[in-house]
Amino acid sequence: MSLIHRSSGLLKPLAAGPASLLRRPFSSATDDDATKITVETSVPFTGHRIDPPSRTIDTTPKELMTFFVDMARMRRMEIAADSLYKSKLIRGFCHLYDGQEAVAVGMEAAITRKDCIITAYRDHCIFLGRGGTLLEAFAELMGRKAGCSKGKGGSMHFYKKDGGFYGGHGIVGAQVPLGCGLAFAQKYSKEDHVTFALYGDGAANQGQLFEALNMAALWDLPAILVCENNHYGMGTAEWRAAKSPAYYKRGDYVPGLKVDGMDVFAVKQACKFAKEHVLKNGPIILEMDTYRYHGHSMSDPGSTYRTRDEISGVRQERDPIERIRKLILSHDIASEKELKDIEKKARKEVDEAIAQAKESPMPEPSELFTNVYVKDHGVE
Amino acid sequence: MWGIIRQKVGTGGISAPSMERIRPAVSAWRCYSSSGKEMTVRDALNSALDEEMSADPKVYVMGEEVGEYQGAYKITKGLLDKYGPERVVDTPITEAGFAGIGVGSAYYGLRPVIEFMTFNFSMQAIDHIINSAAKSNYMSAGQINVPIVFRGPNGAAAGVGAQHSQCFAAWYASCPGLKVLAPYSSEDARGLLKAAIRDPDPVVFLENELLYGESFPVSAEVLDSSFCLPIGKAKIEREGKDVTITAFSKMVGYALKVINLRSIRPLDRATINASVRKTNRLVTVEEGFAQHGVGAEICTSVIEDSFGYLDAPVERISGADVPTPYAANLERMAFPQIEDIVRAAQRACFRSVPMAAAA
Repeated sequence: MSLIHRSSGLLKPLAAGPASLLRRPFSSATDDDATKITVETSVPFTGHRIDPPSRTIDTTPKELMTFFVDMARMRRMEIAADSLYKSKLIRGFCHLYDGQEAVAVGMEAAITRKDCIITAYRDHCIFLGRGGTLLEAFAELMGRKAGCSKGKGGSMHFYKKDGGFYGGHGIVGAQVPLGCGLAFAQKYSKEDHVTFALYGDGAANQGQLFEALNMAALWDLPAILVCENNHYGMGTAEWRAAKSPAYYKRGDYVPGLKVDGMDVFAVKQACKFAKEHVLKNGPIILEMDTYRYHGHSMSDPGSTYRTRDEISGVRQERDPIERIRKLILSHDIASEKELKDIEKKARKEVDEAIAQAKESPMPEPSELFTNVYVKDHGVE
Repeated sequence: MWGIIRQKVGTGGISAPSMERIRPAVSAWRCYSSSGKEMTVRDALNSALDEEMSADPKVYVMGEEVGEYQGAYKITKGLLDKYGPERVVDTPITEAGFAGIGVGSAYYGLRPVIEFMTFNFSMQAIDHIINSAAKSNYMSAGQINVPIVFRGPNGAAAGVGAQHSQCFAAWYASCPGLKVLAPYSSEDARGLLKAAIRDPDPVVFLENELLYGESFPVSAEVLDSSFCLPIGKAKIEREGKDVTITAFSKMVGYALKVINLRSIRPLDRATINASVRKTNRLVTVEEGFAQHGVGAEICTSVIEDSFGYLDAPVERISGADVPTPYAANLERMAFPQIEDIVRAAQRACFRSVPMAAAA
């Protein structure tokens, strides 16, 4: 078993004998878990009132491949949703997450399904990460029975309670007190689990966030506030919305960590660190420096407030899937062709799910009046 | 001065057969109750909270001053000592924050009872009541239910001014996904609060500060810890035969023959309409503003369901269309008084000819 050390995850492999031992097709799972690969995050973490974790992380070929598969699937899903929206099969709002996949995947890798996640309306990929299926997602987007909310929620209201995913919220910032409430309940129930409450750089200025954070800190709730800073609150750049866009510091008395949100390993490490921290010490803020390729929603071309060069620049330099691809290739874990096949497979999976979702009927008219209450009192 | 106001009828010109003598004294009730016990609304609420917290460890109380202060209106008195600070949680003055935390904990399966010091302050948190609580079960097609109770005093107190005197019954009752209850007596307070806490849906529980100190007789059945009242059923306090008067909360005490709504959403349309079909006349009474109010809804409901039975136009008595003034005389004019209800009932009874009668 060889140990390959990487000083920055994107370099070529060491030209040494042991390297050949690592070359295996993805399908063989024999040594994948036993082989340890050490990677470094793209940049070190920056801490606010806390000593940041190490930027050196151990991983395995299996984990690397899983990250690639999961992010490729998410990317494919969002691109397909774009087409569906343009062909008017998806209505209303549709907020796409492509570019931000590393946050969903890295977080999931650090936690269990007993930990809770709650987020705002850019929720499709988080739903997938929590165990939701492509069929449930597409059917919900198209307003069909087979959707995760039976077609009654729509893009912004995906839920998977049995996977620890509490939605899917349309009111900016509301999910943060709700997430602190989940953490309150976890502590009340004396469980060793935590809640990740995700919000954007736009929501970071919401008053209710600070109200909830204050209580979380007072009561030592196991709440991790995760700012997915994609640098634009709808069309407003962070420097135009926040006097202090150092969101990881905005908790003041609450410690924070700034994380490269395009680096799945950095995300995983930060979330693991945060989970351990909050179980002992109360809340923490994680700021994920990330980027969305799409505009705010499908109604937004995303180019009136930022340049195309900026978007393509991020895609070139920081794309989360490309980073993992390079790592996999440089460690000879899989070939280019194998990775392309995985992406083709993801595309096929997505297409099949869409076809199946299209077959699903719209909800029965009687569903208009169901689920208003759990316990109806014979209301009209 | 406040409390169950009784007035002798029979002075000057009120000779309508519908206006019987209103009982002159509260003490008359004592003769009719079987256990002979009385309880204030405050104690009724306190005992209901205590019993439900004792029965279900998931029930907890959260709000400003609910713990060490023993409750701004002493409704939660003694609960901190009995259940500890984990279950009786004092909050900072941050309604949006703690209402959201309450709803989030209810998503997870706890059963919070969130206190607003008055419902005027609930407006700071109304997004969580409506968008986070009321709509969740529907938007998630049944995955996320929210067994939460939002309770506190609603409507006018005495001399507290415009920002502290509004009635929010109509606001909350217009929203599908919520249940809205308004107790009057101690029996109502106990039975409805227990029902609210046990209910799997979000409940807005509208109390009244001026009723907290009022005593009402309570039977042994009411005192039992399993006592519960059904949600969505009004109580006919005493059957009238000439006009149907509906009221809720404090206004119930202003008329003897009245339907005590108890539940604003769902509204007990069946009981109201059945009564109107017998009396053929309707007067609704509420403290809140007339426009888009509870009375407007009841009047329309009766017109929709029982128009043919009406012998007179339906009428709503409500608070004056002004922010509540402070001066005592103006404040008195801003809310329905017994005379207003009497006059309305008389109008309903003397208009025996349909307004639209034409040759």
